[in-house]
Amino acid sequence: MAITYTSGEQVEVYRFGIPATILIPLAAVFLQAWLPLRLHFFSIFDLPLLVTISFAMARRSQMAGLFTGALIGLFQDALTSQPIGLYGISKTVVGFGASSLGIKLDVENAGARLLLTLVFYVVHQVVYFTVARGMVGLQKGWTWQHELGSALANAFLGVILYALLDRLKQRT
Amino acid sequence: MESVLGRYRNLIVLVGVLFIQVLGLAVQVRRSTDTDSSRLIRVWAVTAISPFEKVLVWVQTSTGNLWHNYFYLRGVRAENRELKQQIEQMRIEQVRMSQDADQARRLQALLAFKEQFISQTKAAQVIGSSGSEQSRSIYIDKGENAGIKPDMAVITADGVVGKVLHVYRSTSLVLLINDQSSGVGAILEKSRLQGILRGTASGEIGMEKVMSDEQVAAGEVVLTSGGDRIFPKGLPLGRVTRVAPGSDLFLNIEVKPAANLSKLEEVLVVTKIDERQATPDQTGPVRAADILAERLPTVPPKPPDAGAGGSPTTVEAPGTGTAPRPVQAKPKSAAPTPGVAGSLPVASKPTPSPTGDNVTEKPAAGSATVKASPKTEKPVEAPTPPPAQDSPQ
Repeated sequence: MAITYTSGEQVEVYRFGIPATILIPLAAVFLQAWLPLRLHFFSIFDLPLLVTISFAMARRSQMAGLFTGALIGLFQDALTSQPIGLYGISKTVVGFGASSLGIKLDVENAGARLLLTLVFYVVHQVVYFTVARGMVGLQKGWTWQHELGSALANAFLGVILYALLDRLKQRT
Repeated sequence: MESVLGRYRNLIVLVGVLFIQVLGLAVQVRRSTDTDSSRLIRVWAVTAISPFEKVLVWVQTSTGNLWHNYFYLRGVRAENRELKQQIEQMRIEQVRMSQDADQARRLQALLAFKEQFISQTKAAQVIGSSGSEQSRSIYIDKGENAGIKPDMAVITADGVVGKVLHVYRSTSLVLLINDQSSGVGAILEKSRLQGILRGTASGEIGMEKVMSDEQVAAGEVVLTSGGDRIFPKGLPLGRVTRVAPGSDLFLNIEVKPAANLSKLEEVLVVTKIDERQATPDQTGPVRAADILAERLPTVPPKPPDAGAGGSPTTVEAPGTGTAPRPVQAKPKSAAPTPGVAGSLPVASKPTPSPTGDNVTEKPAAGSATVKASPKTEKPVEAPTPPPAQDSPQ
């Protein structure tokens, strides 16, 4: 069993099976594309982001985190009408950050997960908007009220989703 | 050196991955007109997702159809009755509007106007969305195989939905009009002010480039102007909900979309638009009287002793040699006009009554005699005063 020691605290490292590694992000992107058609409010959620955070925190590997984020983000980008890379860059940063924090913090309890998801959602949006405006020149509107509301909604959904994904993860 | 690289290996990889993506973005932004630079990734992603979406939509539609067609029939009869009434009303309205349209066509022909007509559409089902608030777009289940091409207009019966952005083999990506990168040439129906309809960050739409000294009323209908060469002129875009003074001498006009963009299930892709010069209709306007005339036997000249409205009208049976026998025409619809019920309105000009129905006014020149239709060659004696609700058949 691979164990990482940080500040004298024992942190367990998990992994996901190959089917779960492929199918969960695919299902997340699929549901993200399909559900808003039936439940319009669902577009405030970002399931691929939640999966990125969940995978990164469980694996606790910066390399795995950033590549997972990049691949999921690029896949999500490919379904939009925008240039490919906006979600890719944002989720790469989030994947790296979540795995880095996963090494240092106990991310097994619901409170920490809620807070981390909230923070990472905002980080994701800030990176996204910065790149979209600064590089691509897209006129994106930013409202703190909306972004914080979405962050909170995603954080609550994230806590539930992480609990479900915990059942699929295996100790290394 | 090696220790430094080993220590910052993860960070270096992060910077490298980000750099590659930024480079890719830069290439796409530079070639904004070239959609092929990222096409391969898009095709892979769409190919991976769209089959599942199609299956799910098919299951949902089939289940819904089963429910609606077999189980949920409560109230259908009442609804049918209401729809029939609506059809009657709309027929009357159509006759009136066709006269206006014909007049407009004649005027357009005089001015050598060119009109755009939607001559071909392709129905498509919405199977997915981009799933992002930042990109408001949908996927439809028709692509290259069905003759869909980029920049084709996508509409519903209610109004404009958007335009085709990317086309794949059996699916297409449609950019909705409430996306921030979308722009549609728009015109206000009454004031005829032109502007550009754009999506906002919150998913609403607004009309831009209308000067602040212009008068725009809330509730005014916004139509396509046809200036963008994508959407034919005159399609409903929405209705003005709020007007406020904006920056840079322009008004802030909020518009509620005519089509329900959040609940799209089926759409029409305009695959062919004809542009032709308007020509006046040689056959003249189609009047209610003309429709009646096709269904009724020939009317001979009135005998001197024939009474006014309400008296029976004689009908000559062509080729039979029999004496004319009286027939009483029935009114077209539910117009409570006793005078009409007894007279034959075939040769009269229909004018809308206060109830919305057509009422005979006076006989039109040259139309005193109409030929009998093949169905009514034999002389028929109509029953005495028919019920007002009957149709003329």
